[in-house]
Amino acid sequence: MPDLVLDGRALRVAEGTTVAAALALADDGCTRTSVSGQRRAPLCGMGICQECRVTIDGRRRLACQTLCQDGMQVRTRA
Amino acid sequence: MNQGLVADVIVIGAGIIGAACAQALARRGLRVLVLDAGLQGATAAGMGHLLVLDDNPAELALSQYSLQRWREQAPGLPEGCAYRNNGTLWLAANAEEMAVAHSKYLDLQTQGVACELIARNALRVREPELREGLEGGLLINGDGILYAPATANWMLDTAGIEQRRARVSEVDGNRVCLDDGQWLSAEAVILANGIQASDLCPELPIEPKKGHLLITDRYPGKVTHTLVELGYVTSAHNATGPSTACNIQPRPTGQLFIGASRQFGTTDPQVEGWMLAKMLKRAAEYMPGLAQLNGIRAWTGFRAASPDGLPLIGEHPSRKGLWLAVGHEGLGVTTAPGTADLLVAQLFNETPPLAAQDYLPQRFLGEAVYA
Amino acid sequence: MNEYADLLIIGAGPAGMSAALAAAPSGARIIVLDDNPLPGGQIWRDGPLARLPNQARKMRERLHTHSNIHHHAGTRVIACSGPRQLLVEDADHGWLIGYDKLILCTGARELLLPFPGWTLPGVTGAGGLQALIKGGLPVQDQRVVIAGSGPLLLATAATAKHSGADVLHIAEQASSSAVAGFALQLPRWPGKLLQSFSLFDRHYHTGSHIVAALGNERLEGVRLRKQGKIVELACDRLACGFGLIPNTQLGQALGCALDGTALAVDVWQATGRADHYAAGECTGFGGSELALVEGAIAGHAAVNNTAAARHLWPRRARWQRFATALNRAFSLDPQLKSLAQADTLVCRCEDVPYAALAGHTEWRAAKLASRCGMGACQGRVCGGALQYLFDWQPSAPRPPFSPARIETLMCLDDTPPA
Repeated sequence: MPDLVLDGRALRVAEGTTVAAALALADDGCTRTSVSGQRRAPLCGMGICQECRVTIDGRRRLACQTLCQDGMQVRTRA
Repeated sequence: MNQGLVADVIVIGAGIIGAACAQALARRGLRVLVLDAGLQGATAAGMGHLLVLDDNPAELALSQYSLQRWREQAPGLPEGCAYRNNGTLWLAANAEEMAVAHSKYLDLQTQGVACELIARNALRVREPELREGLEGGLLINGDGILYAPATANWMLDTAGIEQRRARVSEVDGNRVCLDDGQWLSAEAVILANGIQASDLCPELPIEPKKGHLLITDRYPGKVTHTLVELGYVTSAHNATGPSTACNIQPRPTGQLFIGASRQFGTTDPQVEGWMLAKMLKRAAEYMPGLAQLNGIRAWTGFRAASPDGLPLIGEHPSRKGLWLAVGHEGLGVTTAPGTADLLVAQLFNETPPLAAQDYLPQRFLGEAVYA
Repeated sequence: MNEYADLLIIGAGPAGMSAALAAAPSGARIIVLDDNPLPGGQIWRDGPLARLPNQARKMRERLHTHSNIHHHAGTRVIACSGPRQLLVEDADHGWLIGYDKLILCTGARELLLPFPGWTLPGVTGAGGLQALIKGGLPVQDQRVVIAGSGPLLLATAATAKHSGADVLHIAEQASSSAVAGFALQLPRWPGKLLQSFSLFDRHYHTGSHIVAALGNERLEGVRLRKQGKIVELACDRLACGFGLIPNTQLGQALGCALDGTALAVDVWQATGRADHYAAGECTGFGGSELALVEGAIAGHAAVNNTAAARHLWPRRARWQRFATALNRAFSLDPQLKSLAQADTLVCRCEDVPYAALAGHTEWRAAKLASRCGMGACQGRVCGGALQYLFDWQPSAPRPPFSPARIETLMCLDDTPPA
């Protein structure tokens, strides 16, 4: 049961949960703000669309293809 | 307009040079036909860096004049042109390069170019992402950036300009032949098609210099100025072999352009992994944090280089009616306004805004053979 | 940490797993790469809320029993770094993998078409929602509408229901006659019988398609055209996908030819480039059974076991007939080309509206003028849509094939080729 921090909020999730799912469990599931200011959430779920790119431990990664790990720090606003 | 002429002037090439010439002519009330083959040119591939360069007095005169013209035009440019006056920060890695920075500073000051010497300890205050241990820098305040394809489109959107997608197969003074065999005539033809110019005029001493570029994802606020290493002018890029130099430009989108590379003797547009790696390593030597950023696209382009690094602007000495605006190498976007003004002044037989002599095609092609 | 494989397999879905298992008895050193955290591909995606079929579990177990099969999860191909060598990246490093033979099992992505409101949070692809749910996305008691085309809509509905969602409506754009004709053929493929039952789900509506996703900050409802009539439904999620597009980019970059929109292969699953094979959805949509048999043929062929490969030809032919029937039944209604309005964003990376593209005649000019396709997805979403909407051909792939850390690109050898 990994414990992680999503935009400053602590969350414990089931083993094997993706960061994309964790964001929906913690909050509204949004991952980024678009160029014109819209909030966006994962679209394709399979690593293609890049809507779910978030900052995980300082690197920009895809929330839908990243499993939650203990101690992970996730930010959805750059 | 005379009978049988399709326009007052035909411009071959809808890149930034052709577009600037067409706009300047249209603003004089001429009817301009711009022909473009839709091939990839340097305008779409480049960085859109507007910079004063002073390798020689002629380069300085043309770039300084052009920068002034860009700054005058800037308020009228649409947002899509993404013009920013963010300045260029030349980076000195060692004492030798800092001495170059200092002498450039003195020269540019004399010429009235606004610039500041940045000391070692002030460098990372200006640009915190730079590595420690750089010697200092030279900030050229009036330099800027823009998005050249949109700017060319804006220029071409001027009343009096007609654009046509067509490939020119032959030029004969003031006439051009399209690849469907049709001949079009005008009072004058302007050749402004970059590296493709030598296909139509094999006598032009234009050589393609391949360049690679990479753009990152959006990381707003990391970099403010365009960061260029002074090695760009002192050593690496003046060699004849393939070379790289650190050139990092922040786009208004928050993305970073990372360049630059030069290769000779190739027209293969493939992104070459070895060159990409070499170029990125060079940039990361100056900005180590680049390594952790995501690059999202890489591409290549070809600069049309003349033997002395200066463009050819003026009437072809042995093909009356054919005017040249080619050979701008990496400075086409910067010097487009100056090129257009020089060319138009010569076409109208007026006194040009700066001395035209150093850019005349005669220096390579010999004196005019017609009266 | 550079590596070498006798056989490198890109993709660990049914085709990739099947290829690895077929090739394993040869003793060849096999590396299987996949960008997902776990093997299984899209159809057998594992996670806290996934139920893997027995066949998938067994195949995964068998992969582990072969000591000559190495699986790199969460790993993407970034560039071709030399003859028979690829640059790859995982969450921590970049490295080079050299190979003797390669099998592309890069699968397919969904065709996602722009319609008003499709950028609202709450709107996903059809397969997208299924994948997200398997990864732990909570949908308990949420009202879900599923729309688009193809059997994936039913699979998504089943996954959503199993996770406690209330599936209000499944809008299949194909006509009832096309779908019924397909359903009548299903008994010819007994493994697919199960799916035929769900075709009679009372929420399944043929000749029905999305018109708009409604809501301000996030999805609040949908507007559908159902047998010609406009209906609106309040809902929490819309899962919408219009079929699949083969992922051919890597194959194209390696010099493999296309046949239509898919990688071209011969009877041995070999592409036009020597020692490079392709199997599964990247060679055309056909479902997991076809992917399994194609993967096995490619795996056998790659280790020169031609007899075993040939033995599987009849089975492949059978599933190819199924694929043909399927693709015919779910061909797209041209009406879907007019879903996007002038202000509908087509490029979600750069927020480029339909109106900024409509005046152009080709992709490159449109891209330069509007920034469409210049964003992080590299035109994988909007490029597919524009190919369908305007018949614009996407440009040839260039490295990096996916967004990659600059550190990874610096792993490329920087000495000029001799």
